[in-house]
Amino acid sequence: MTTEPSSPRTAAHAVDLTKIYGKDDTRVVALGGVTVEFAAGRFTAIMGPSGSGKSTLMHCMAALDSSTSGEVYIGDTELSGLNDKALTKLRRDKIGFVFQAFNLIPTLTAKENITLPLDIAGQSIDKEWFDNVIATVGLADRLGHKPNQLSGGQQQRVACARALVSKPEIIFADEPTGNLDSRSGTEVLSFLRRSVREFGQTIVMVTHDPNAAAYSDRVLFLADGQIVDELADPTAEKVLERMKGFDAVGQQA
Amino acid sequence: MIRATLKSLAARKLRLAMSAFAIVLGVAFVAGSYVFTDTIDRTFDDIFGGLSSDVVVRPDLPGEADLFAGFATGTTTTIPSGLVDEVADLPGVERADGDVENQSFFVLDSDGDVMTTQGAPGIAVNYHDGPVADGAPVLELVDGELPSGPGEVALDDRTFEDSGYQLGDDVQFVGTGDDPRVTAELVGVVRFGESGSLAGASLSVFETGYAQQLFLDGDDAFNRISVTAAEGTSAEQVRDEISAILPGDFEALTGADVDEETASAIEEGLGFFNTFLLVFAAIALFVGVFLILNTFSILVAQRSQEMALYRALGAGRHQVTRSVLLEAFVVGVVGSTLGLLLGLGVAQLLKTVFGAFGLELAGGLVLQPRTVVISYVVGIVVTMVAAYVPARRASKVPPIAAMRDDVVSTESSRRVHLWVGGGLTLLGAAAMATGLFADVNDAALMVGAGIFAVFIGVALLAPVLATPVLRVVAGWYPKAFGTVGRLARENALRNPRRTAATASALMIGMALVTAISIVGASANATVDKALDDGVRAQFVVSNAVGQPFSPGIAEQVGQVDGVDEVVSVRMSGGLVDGDQTFLQSFDPVAYSRAADLELVAGTDELGPGQFLIGEDQAESKGLSVGDTVRLQLPGSDEDIELAGIYAQSPLLAGGVVVSQQTLADGAVPSLDSMLYVIADDGADLATVQDGLKAATADVPTVTVQDQDEYKQQSRDQVNQLLFLVYALLGLAVLIAVLGIVNTLALSVMERTREVGLLRAVGLSRRQLRRTIRLESIAIAVLGAVLGVALGLLFGVSLQRAIADDGLEVLSVPGGQLIVFVVLAAVVGVLAAVWPARRAAKLDVLRAITTE
Repeated sequence: MTTEPSSPRTAAHAVDLTKIYGKDDTRVVALGGVTVEFAAGRFTAIMGPSGSGKSTLMHCMAALDSSTSGEVYIGDTELSGLNDKALTKLRRDKIGFVFQAFNLIPTLTAKENITLPLDIAGQSIDKEWFDNVIATVGLADRLGHKPNQLSGGQQQRVACARALVSKPEIIFADEPTGNLDSRSGTEVLSFLRRSVREFGQTIVMVTHDPNAAAYSDRVLFLADGQIVDELADPTAEKVLERMKGFDAVGQQA
Repeated sequence: MIRATLKSLAARKLRLAMSAFAIVLGVAFVAGSYVFTDTIDRTFDDIFGGLSSDVVVRPDLPGEADLFAGFATGTTTTIPSGLVDEVADLPGVERADGDVENQSFFVLDSDGDVMTTQGAPGIAVNYHDGPVADGAPVLELVDGELPSGPGEVALDDRTFEDSGYQLGDDVQFVGTGDDPRVTAELVGVVRFGESGSLAGASLSVFETGYAQQLFLDGDDAFNRISVTAAEGTSAEQVRDEISAILPGDFEALTGADVDEETASAIEEGLGFFNTFLLVFAAIALFVGVFLILNTFSILVAQRSQEMALYRALGAGRHQVTRSVLLEAFVVGVVGSTLGLLLGLGVAQLLKTVFGAFGLELAGGLVLQPRTVVISYVVGIVVTMVAAYVPARRASKVPPIAAMRDDVVSTESSRRVHLWVGGGLTLLGAAAMATGLFADVNDAALMVGAGIFAVFIGVALLAPVLATPVLRVVAGWYPKAFGTVGRLARENALRNPRRTAATASALMIGMALVTAISIVGASANATVDKALDDGVRAQFVVSNAVGQPFSPGIAEQVGQVDGVDEVVSVRMSGGLVDGDQTFLQSFDPVAYSRAADLELVAGTDELGPGQFLIGEDQAESKGLSVGDTVRLQLPGSDEDIELAGIYAQSPLLAGGVVVSQQTLADGAVPSLDSMLYVIADDGADLATVQDGLKAATADVPTVTVQDQDEYKQQSRDQVNQLLFLVYALLGLAVLIAVLGIVNTLALSVMERTREVGLLRAVGLSRRQLRRTIRLESIAIAVLGAVLGVALGLLFGVSLQRAIADDGLEVLSVPGGQLIVFVVLAAVVGVLAAVWPARRAAKLDVLRAITTE
């Protein structure tokens, strides 16, 4: 398994990515020409105020939304030329997802939810890797439970395990702790960081919580559809400080 | 609250349309039935209204006027011409004209085929220019001239147009005289009444003397007298004046009474058709109730948060209930309106179909206010009743529970379902059993109500039954289809009540189809057995629609080489001890050579004034050999004596058998309904059959069949009826399919985020469609399995109940039932097409971010 530390390889990148919603009067520029790289084996957080375009950026990067112009690459694959079938396959094989809420199929058990992408693809499960992931998330005794029998934190950990188990190129996490109490949130974030450190997984996380961002290796700040700043090796305090600066700028403008 | 309801309605146009559709179809059937039968009534009122003269004199028949209509041409009793003169001489009478009339005189077209459609009469009359009550002539000459002597005929214009004959051609006829074939020269074309419509019958007009020669053995007599009242005398006065001088076996009626009697007899006959259609309308509406109930349940569940918000904002429980009921009311009004319009379309379609089969209904459709009122009442009441349960459930949602995330509507306790459902099922079954097996009044109503209760009971039990059945029906999905299969199975199982209610709609249609198919198969098996065991004659000569034919045919058939004996069977109606009874007539000694007839008491030497009866009937009536009953026929009223009791056989169904002399003495026309033909020992049957066919070749109204062909014909008749019923039940199945479509579509909407998630983690559109398709198949097959099981129960009990009345053999068409289940699976696939496409088209991102 790829347990080496971060390599210089790029897991995903975007070039001059724009996303415009609506036309004429209702025209909203969500992304105004964003160029960004996500290095493999790194944990990147994307931050920004509401409407800054951080979710749009993630959705475009994750093949959930199409861009208006510019290029998006997952590994070496450029997304804009792909049809729905190819995009579906790409999401299935190359991308893992953790959403803020409603991450699990209520009719399936935790185990079935975890292996869902592999089952859909008809791929066999790497037993050793599966056990490894389960042990890391600490869900071994919960595998037969349905989502409604799990706590919110457990549900998010199942979602994380699902994202990991297919060994994707990159995992996108959209406010993964947004609905959790701080203890559960900490568990999930620690787990995400461990999967980067120990398994060399690439993770991109959208969050508005400085404490969550502090778990990452690098924080990107978005405002008005542009990357306005970035911060390496963040702490909650440093993040908060930067954000105060933006808020002040935002209020003046 | 009202405005909020209307707004939420407008926002759910599609769902509104889907649930309204069931109402539209049901109401369309109700409205269509009424409009169509009203149109029929109007047509016959037009045809028969004002057709008679002021007063009519005719032989007095026992029982109701239509008693003999189905069997023969009324009576052989005639009115001597002297009586016509006597009537004409009365002071209040302007003129009296003798009518000669025959209902079984069929025109053959220039290709030699019978012109009238099956069942419609071939009417022949003599010509006279006596006016009808309003003074207009009945017949108007439109081409050529009126027949003025023997060998001349005029045809009605519609028959003439279709016949391919020209004026001056020889027209071929088949009648019921000793020589069935008649030829006459076409000299004229007449038009009947104002519209010219004869509702499928043909009309041939002859000169009076020639008509008497054809139909009355040349006697100077008539079937009827048409009397015209003198100036200043009313029809009633003339009627009373004539009655005073009439011998006892004749009666005088006003023309208006006769017209009304004729029209109402026909309408009564067709009224059966109305009942038939209304039964299917009721089934469609009943199935529709499930669709509406389910749709509203799902809508209410989806809106439970919205409802809870209203409740939290201070809306009372009643206001919430009312808002759902108001929504149902609007759906009911819209559905009824569209249903009424569609009903007019249905009626028009039926009218066109009838026209294509020769029963032309002149004029436009008749929409009575009563039809409009019934349509709206039925549509609105049914919708609101169906919406009441979900409405009440909606009001019970506690505000705080519903406002939390991910709340599904509260599932009402399974125990209640079990008890109420089980109770209703048992109650219904008991009612059914009572209606079927016990001797009670209103048996049909009991059975109907019983079936209805069983349906509701089982529908209530269905959520409990659904889980185990689905585990079997969809249990193999994960193995066969992997994750997609597992998702489909779990989706079908996740809300058993919804799945069950959806499947229940299909269950009803399937149960009825299954029961009918069992009855049909049993009918066929019974006929087969009756013929296999009971008939020894090698050939049967009969008329496809049961119309009697000339005894001359028996004579011709008897002369064919290789024919040993011909046994004639005649049928008639009559009053036995005052009850309308179906009579068969044959020589029992000859009959027992041709078919099964075994005496258990008395003798088979059946003389005039005697009768035979089956042992079950003898027992139930408490008759033994030597007892007498009173038999009333058109021309006789006498006590007849029980000569013998025969063993029950499906062929005779235990009915009363009299001698042919008894019928003839009773002035019933001597016409055969069926001939059994026994071949000589060792005769080559193929040669004999060829000979028989040649002998009857010029009489296209009868067919010669060997046993297999005869069997096939009976079977075809049963199957034709079955297909008609299937086609009508198809409507119930169609509504059920819509129910599945609706449930799936609403479920998909409800699971939008789930669909988004699945798509995000890599489920392809194809896999998603397959998931929904498999779920749909599971629901459909669940409905089919429950339906077939219930249908088996219904069908078998029905057969058991009427086993003694001619449905002796039980036959369960296993292959057919399997086909029904397979068809249900296909139905499932079809029902999933649209919801699956909708789900597949969902934008992944938008789906996953839906709240």
